[in-house]
Amino acid sequence: MVENSDAPPLLEARGLSFARNDEPIFGPVDLAVRAGEALVVEGDNGAGKTTLVRILAGLVEPTAGTLLWQGAPLDRDMRDAKGMALLGHHLGLKPELTPRENLAFRAALDGVRRGMTTEMALRSVGLEGYEDSAVRTLSAGQRKRTALAALLLSGASLWLLDEPYANLDRPGHVLVDRMLETHCQRGGSAILTSHGLSMPALARVGRLQLRVTPP
Amino acid sequence: MSGGGAGAAFFALLRRDLLVMWRRRADALNPVLFALMVATLFPLAMGPEAEKLSRIAGGAAWVVVLLASLLSLDLLFRPDAEDGTLEQLIASRQPLALMAAAKILAHWLGTGLPLLLVGPLIAKLLGLDDRAIPTLAAALALGTPLLSALGASCAALTVGMRRSGILLALLVLPLVVPVLIFGAGAVEAALTGGTARPALLFLGAGLMLAVPLAPLTCAAALRLNAA
Repeated sequence: MVENSDAPPLLEARGLSFARNDEPIFGPVDLAVRAGEALVVEGDNGAGKTTLVRILAGLVEPTAGTLLWQGAPLDRDMRDAKGMALLGHHLGLKPELTPRENLAFRAALDGVRRGMTTEMALRSVGLEGYEDSAVRTLSAGQRKRTALAALLLSGASLWLLDEPYANLDRPGHVLVDRMLETHCQRGGSAILTSHGLSMPALARVGRLQLRVTPP
Repeated sequence: MSGGGAGAAFFALLRRDLLVMWRRRADALNPVLFALMVATLFPLAMGPEAEKLSRIAGGAAWVVVLLASLLSLDLLFRPDAEDGTLEQLIASRQPLALMAAAKILAHWLGTGLPLLLVGPLIAKLLGLDDRAIPTLAAALALGTPLLSALGASCAALTVGMRRSGILLALLVLPLVVPVLIFGAGAVEAALTGGTARPALLFLGAGLMLAVPLAPLTCAAALRLNAA
């Protein structure tokens, strides 16, 4: 793959740092992901991986530093930053609703990738037959797969994945790797966190190491 | 990429909240059942003199409705905060105030509207004079959405606290006291032959202010909580 280095990165962070009550959590860090790239944020528990993802997703304001989306400063309310989709520790699924209903809601929220349907997304994550069972009745792994289906369905070009391998069985790990690979081949990109035990089997992976800041 | 418009997201969230309510309809009925229970107990407690009760019926009906509408308030944003929906709403970069408005509307449709519909029944149980029932209905029509809007702002503020029941009530009560005063005042005026118009106008003015402002305060509070 030939990289067009003139194009600005999809998402870039400069001098990003975060402190809670004057206690530094991480940073300053610089990072950039281009189309087709995946970036793994590594670090031990408490290194600030989740906080970093939450800042990138617009949930938390960084203490210092700037975020650029395709070269332009990223404003919290900026509408065209809708190219991001988030998979956090909490999956954002309603236990009372079925995977199909949950995905229909997320589709209205995040938009739908051209040519993708709820059925296709649920089939790709191995949930055929569970489309109409309440999420409450699904196992933790199946819920995670439902959330992964929401990612597949969304039109977002950048995936922010916080511990995407958690709660998944071996085939689930393979599924996440395959999803990441296809996504990056299509020109999408991803930033994912990992505590170092599971690493995506991808060709083009960048790494960012966060260290625990002693209090 | 298609979809993802703010209007579509508003209706999708409204629809989803109503669907969740429907799936949990036994819980959703709690406020109405509570209101009917209290209204049934009043005549029993007040003894055989019907007149004693009907003198205070207007105010009592309002207290019953107000307390009942507080019951479901804690469920307005808390489940969304706990299951990660709130993060998705913020990360989707849809206008958060509009999303909060959808949630407030869903809360009113699930709690306020049923209370409004059983309002006349509550009034009858309390022995309210028939002349005052249309006024009570009008006051409830203006007052219940106002209760939802004021309550939502407080619920959004306390969503980060694990056990916020009493704190939420303490925050909400001073805010809703004017609703109670004007609501009960309108009914009292209708009973004593005065005009209920000024009180109803005050409720309407409050509602006009709350409709645009409550979603904004909710959005600000929810953002604070997410951070």
